[in-house]
Amino acid sequence: MNWLTNIIRPRIQSLVEPKEVPDNLWQKCDACEGMLFHRDLKNNANVCYHCGHHLRITVKERLALLFDGGQYEKMDIPDVPFDPLKFKDRKKYSDRLKDTRSKTGLKDAMTIAKGTIKGQPAVIAAFNFSFMGGSMGAAVGESIVKAAEEAIKTRSALIIIPASGGARMQESVISLMQMPRTIIAVEMVKENHLPYIVLLTDPTTGGVSASFAMVGDIHIAEPGATIGFAGRRVIQETVREELPDDFQTAEYLLEHGMVDRVVPRQKLHDEIGTILDLLMNKKRTPSAPKSEQEAA
Amino acid sequence: MNQLDFEKPVLELEGKIAELRHMNSDEDGMNIAEEVERMTAKADRLLQSTYSKLTPAQKVQVARHQNRPHFKDYIVELIEDFTPLAGDRNFAEDHALIGGLGRFNGQSVMVIGQEKGNDTESRIKHNFGMTRPEGYRKAQRLLAMADQFQIPVITLVDTAGAYPGRGAEERGQSEAIAKSIESCLRTHVPIISVVIGEGGSGGAIAIATANKVFMLEHSIYSVISPEGCASILWRSGEHAQDAAAALKLTAQDLKSFNLIDDIIDEPIGGAHRYRTETIHNVGIKIQAALDELSDWDKDKIVKDRREKFLKFGRDI
Ligand SMILES: [Zn+2]
Repeated sequence: MNWLTNIIRPRIQSLVEPKEVPDNLWQKCDACEGMLFHRDLKNNANVCYHCGHHLRITVKERLALLFDGGQYEKMDIPDVPFDPLKFKDRKKYSDRLKDTRSKTGLKDAMTIAKGTIKGQPAVIAAFNFSFMGGSMGAAVGESIVKAAEEAIKTRSALIIIPASGGARMQESVISLMQMPRTIIAVEMVKENHLPYIVLLTDPTTGGVSASFAMVGDIHIAEPGATIGFAGRRVIQETVREELPDDFQTAEYLLEHGMVDRVVPRQKLHDEIGTILDLLMNKKRTPSAPKSEQEAA
Repeated sequence: MNQLDFEKPVLELEGKIAELRHMNSDEDGMNIAEEVERMTAKADRLLQSTYSKLTPAQKVQVARHQNRPHFKDYIVELIEDFTPLAGDRNFAEDHALIGGLGRFNGQSVMVIGQEKGNDTESRIKHNFGMTRPEGYRKAQRLLAMADQFQIPVITLVDTAGAYPGRGAEERGQSEAIAKSIESCLRTHVPIISVVIGEGGSGGAIAIATANKVFMLEHSIYSVISPEGCASILWRSGEHAQDAAAALKLTAQDLKSFNLIDDIIDEPIGGAHRYRTETIHNVGIKIQAALDELSDWDKDKIVKDRREKFLKFGRDI
């Protein structure tokens, strides 16, 4: 019998994010196979300038794109108990964690930062997919709680950017408990009438999609991002259903009513900024009517 | 699947005892009675020694045993005037998750839980307890109703996980689970959850974000099935036993990390042998929990639940 899983098999080959200075100045687009020059790609927010395919982007680049003037203040992510379950598969989780930390220079799969977007204060909690597939364990959950608390304290919007295969299996039920936990965190933000925006990026699946990521005030998705509960392979193997090519893409979710908008990466700052401005800056001096603007 | 491999010596003895009991020889009557008595004692000892040291993988088998009491069995034993309420008012009725009003020891309650079915026909009808979005949306509706009428909620968790299918994904399985957790968190009446068999990941926590969470002695609760975990982390389903141990999915493991409130005993030999006794134990525990929470005001109930779940991962 096949078993369902909330966890997408981590894509080992894509665990390493693009380096700051590529060894190779040219790379191939995964989607159209067009050749991309590193500087042009970087200037285009890591979006293929032939076909519009959104390549993965580092959290650092992502935050620089979203915050006003690329300026933001990074916050430390909180400490949590280290491998309390003493999990061991073919390798000890504690070793895996240490190795990943030294390889990535990150403490866990989450970065928290604050700044402004179109002048509105915002706290962003962004998943690092390069850290164990962005999987959610206690550290990620605790970081989301901290980001929510900071948003409330500073009267800021909360923006969470998942890029995660789902739960961190090595933390078993503790990782499962991060589902209610993160929902509590965003619930507190909502009770304070502050906007909670989810920016769904590739991938957002399993326990991450089935918790905080689907209870946003507004759901924005990047084009082509995979978003879903059970992985495509699991569905095919378990229930052997035919699946359309665009199954679980951002565009497919838009058609099925699960996201508000699919927004290209280059327009995210502007769109999110406008939404925050509308929700947080409810009265402002009206601009001149369109007709007068054109006449001038 | 109805016979557990590790129970084989016990089952053989039990078979022999049954045979002996059918023998009706007058002259040997005394001897047979003595023999039955001797073998029964032996079977008991064997059962005791087997069940006192079940491995995590064996617990997984017991938790999934077909004869284990399921949702409907608990309803028959514990709930009077059970009135199932169907549908999510949007799309469909999901038979994998049953919910309804009833009376528990005289008190009106809302009961919600997964039903796996007990023969081929009913298993298909109930989709093996694998809930679709409509089931979780029905749960949300019933939680809101319980809140509206100030009726405590009992949830009985028994699922391998939420259903992975095309339609379920298209209709927002993720959103349905997330909102179901959110509904639990917003409910101003006590929610008491019991994992009676399998607590399968998001599909389970969707209805188990409760003030009190109990697990039956041989039930399991995990973020992923041991088989799924083995195929990902060991790259082979053959390591399911190793995964079962590594995942710390037994009731005893969860209790040791304070992730659940308590363990409900099963008679030696498991719930599949002593169905009524097990259900009775569950009833006693639920009543005790309801009594404990009976004089809490509605804000305290919400706050308590929140604080309980906020701790998980921080203080462990
Ligand atoms: Zn391309």
